[in-house]
Amino acid sequence: MRITVGVDGTRYTDDVEPRMLLVHYLRERLGKTGTVVGCDTSNCGACTVHLDGHSVKSCSVLAVQADGSEVTTIEGLARDGRMHPVQQAFRDNHALQCGFCTPGMIMQAIDLLADDPDPDDNAVRHGLEGNLCRCTGYQNIVRAVRDAASKMAPGAGPAAEQVAEPTLDPASRSSDADISAPAPSHTGGGS
Amino acid sequence: MTATAEPEVGKARLRKEDERLVTGRTRWTDNITLPGMLHLAVLRSPLAHARIAEIDTSAAREMPGVIAVFTAKDLDPAREIGLPCAWPVTPDMKHPRRPVLAADKVNFAGEGVAVVAARSAAEAQDALEAIDVEYEDLPVVLDMEAALAEGTTVIHEDLGTNENAVWVFDSGEAGTGGDVQQAITDAEVTVTRRFRQQRLVPAFMEPRATVVDPTGPQLTVWSSTQIPHILRVMTALTLGLPEHKLRVIAPDVGGGFGGKIGVLPEELMTLLVARKLGKPVKWNESRSDCMATAHHGRDQIQDITITATRDGTITGLKVDLLADMGAYLGVVAPGVPLLGAFMFNAIYKIPSYRFACTNVFTNKTITDAYRGAGRPEATFAIERIMDELAVELDMDPLALREKNWIKHEEFPYTTVAGLTYDSGNYEAATERAKQLFDYDGLRREQEARRASNDPVQLGIGISTYTEMCGLAPSRVLGSLAYGAGGWEHAAIRMLPTGKVEVVTGSSAHGQGHETAWSQIVADQLGVPFEDIEVLHGDTQFSPRGMDTYGSRSLTVGGTALVLAAHRVLDKAKPVAAHLLECAVDDIEFAGGKFAVKGTDKSVGIQDVALAVFAAHDLPDGYEANLDSDATFDPDNFSYPHGTHLCATEVDTETGRVSIRSYVCVDDVGKVVNPLIVEGQVHGGLAQGIAQALYEEAVHDESGTLTSGTFADYHLPSAADLPTFVTDRTETPSTTNPLGVKGVGEAGTIASTPAVVNAIVDALRHMGVADVEMPCSPMRVWQAIQGGAR
Repeated sequence: MRITVGVDGTRYTDDVEPRMLLVHYLRERLGKTGTVVGCDTSNCGACTVHLDGHSVKSCSVLAVQADGSEVTTIEGLARDGRMHPVQQAFRDNHALQCGFCTPGMIMQAIDLLADDPDPDDNAVRHGLEGNLCRCTGYQNIVRAVRDAASKMAPGAGPAAEQVAEPTLDPASRSSDADISAPAPSHTGGGS
Repeated sequence: MTATAEPEVGKARLRKEDERLVTGRTRWTDNITLPGMLHLAVLRSPLAHARIAEIDTSAAREMPGVIAVFTAKDLDPAREIGLPCAWPVTPDMKHPRRPVLAADKVNFAGEGVAVVAARSAAEAQDALEAIDVEYEDLPVVLDMEAALAEGTTVIHEDLGTNENAVWVFDSGEAGTGGDVQQAITDAEVTVTRRFRQQRLVPAFMEPRATVVDPTGPQLTVWSSTQIPHILRVMTALTLGLPEHKLRVIAPDVGGGFGGKIGVLPEELMTLLVARKLGKPVKWNESRSDCMATAHHGRDQIQDITITATRDGTITGLKVDLLADMGAYLGVVAPGVPLLGAFMFNAIYKIPSYRFACTNVFTNKTITDAYRGAGRPEATFAIERIMDELAVELDMDPLALREKNWIKHEEFPYTTVAGLTYDSGNYEAATERAKQLFDYDGLRREQEARRASNDPVQLGIGISTYTEMCGLAPSRVLGSLAYGAGGWEHAAIRMLPTGKVEVVTGSSAHGQGHETAWSQIVADQLGVPFEDIEVLHGDTQFSPRGMDTYGSRSLTVGGTALVLAAHRVLDKAKPVAAHLLECAVDDIEFAGGKFAVKGTDKSVGIQDVALAVFAAHDLPDGYEANLDSDATFDPDNFSYPHGTHLCATEVDTETGRVSIRSYVCVDDVGKVVNPLIVEGQVHGGLAQGIAQALYEEAVHDESGTLTSGTFADYHLPSAADLPTFVTDRTETPSTTNPLGVKGVGEAGTIASTPAVVNAIVDALRHMGVADVEMPCSPMRVWQAIQGGAR
């Protein structure tokens, strides 16, 4: 089947097998190897990306289901060579060790912050329940997400505002917006 | 030329690794795609024990995209290839041949019987369904004690027994202590317990993968492994390949925890298929395959007896262990219990000790090292039975420990197991932990809850642990019949522009070596942190190494760095003296500069590097090369220690356990990077707590792994774990120049008994004396009902 998908700001048209998973399309066809596969039961969340602004486990979505949609992966978060505040917070708080779960964890954290811009520890822990990490014991991940929340809060300062994920959710995008244009909001995918 | 002012070692440097990892610019083995590359899928036995009557691959060969299908007959017609075991713990140890693919018989559910090579991974997977295997069921052997009983089915008929080896240490015989049997006869108090160390899955997040490219002058193997160097040697020896024609690369590796120290049938299979087909081949496993076939950890039955005088002085310790090897032997599996053998006596002064372990074959997935490897098991047993002894003596469990532990002024101290602990301060770590924990306050609350018959009871669990790290002095390994040494290698290359390449034989897979090693070298050479690049995990540029496991990288590999740096300075000094027109003896080095003593004349090391590169003006006869390497072989292990305190709330109506607070004070010696150390402790705690509360690899009566996916195996999520309070004391190790001890396993080793002790402590007054791990609500509730011991 022929699909057209926007991924990290670029539009791709491809013929894919109907059974091809979105994660395999991203990795094998587009070379978006920043997104990884950690399990085969949709439990680990390592493959989490944003589909039209909301986090999905890309092992649980068929490539054909993404037809006409916008996908953001870990590779599409940085802007003008600057990391997204959540990426920066993960680094600043030593929220990763081997780094394999990190792309999915960051994508899910951005989605979580879009829903709840100021989560407490418990809200972060429950918001990330679908993403497994074997290295960190999660404590620094929780710290990183809350650190990012404070830096992304309105009025938190220009640094955060300059680094933003494009808002890919069509509902929140103005009709004439180009998907590669900087987004007006820095609260992340689901805003 | 900038000299670093304050020491890099000790700074909470953000990791160099992270910029790539948080932006997705990663090099996992599964990312590698080569022209014409084929994909493997392995057909695995669904049965734990069966004869293979027939394998029909004809239909699979006709499937779309399939290039070839192989069975054991194709890959190893002479039946010569057997997976290696590097640790024959006794001269008469039984070592069954583990084939790359099973030929006549499968011995665990998940063992490979055929392999498909196809143009895509999906096509390879599809073809598996077209392979027809006829099995004849055999009786399964799953229970260790049953495996050893007279008349039981023998898994490896040629061995005639399910017993792999029996290994004994007796302090009376070794001359390191008294006779434990005498201690038991004379004992005023004796406590005996049986503890089970359930089977665990290491569950590194990146499943294993291997790519082999046979098209170059060398065979190149990429693998998601902790041990590229060992893998190269072992592959050469196992397949009879010339070692110099083999290059092994561990690219980005997504966690290991011991789970990636194996030499895998799949690695050899991929290599054999790639050679046969002359094309690059990739094997990338599913999580389900990984759960069933990657080695498991723990799985021991521990019978432990401790004796003491009425006043609480320990007089003897006796341990009898059964250790499940699974169906075959992992690379170091038979020796894993031995790593625990020296640790049961822990931090205590015990006058007599006997340890005996029997390694057993069963029809299960092999076991091997998993974070801590032998030491968590030992620490669990001793720390659990210390609590039981305290109850027997009616003593506070912390007071009992204090009465028996080695005092800080008694170091170095040679233990009843024959190890010499170089340094430690158990008093300081415990005092700090008690303060942070509010030990006395929680004890008061516990009393109140008991008195009011609160449905939610409070328990306090203690674990005062030590461990042996820095594996390992080669002579010790030799005396224990291990197949290799325990040294580590490092090389430092001074580039013309003053930048520095550091090559390490350690092979990081999440530990942050690129950052920590840069900090160490920055201090040694006085060059900026940013000017250092750490290279690892490729036998082409790092030909010598013993890789990463057993909390060894910093103590052994870090020391090799220091020695290599000293050699760089030794080589640079005559050049500096020549450039400064003074005698070599008049030169002193500090902060990256060679200075003439008593003057302000100096030259920076990075300028010396340029001068050596240009070689226009060097001392007569000087060899124009600053590059240096060094190998370090430690004289002794290092011994981190600490005190962990856990408070659990146990709902006596539902059996649900929640950790109310967890405090740990660890002493890992000098700290290179506190951020990394804290991260290692957190991750270790999570894994140890998970053993106590959540995880277990469960087999049904037919030998099928029923917890074979992340949907069934309870790997804790963020919502399952508490926030830890961590702190440190710092007693430098005296066994290496950095004073470091290692931190990779401490959290895992210490935390499991702290949690279980806390659960039992909460329920002790209800008649509960033990809860088997994992302490699920069901097990805790049953224990309360009197259904368990």
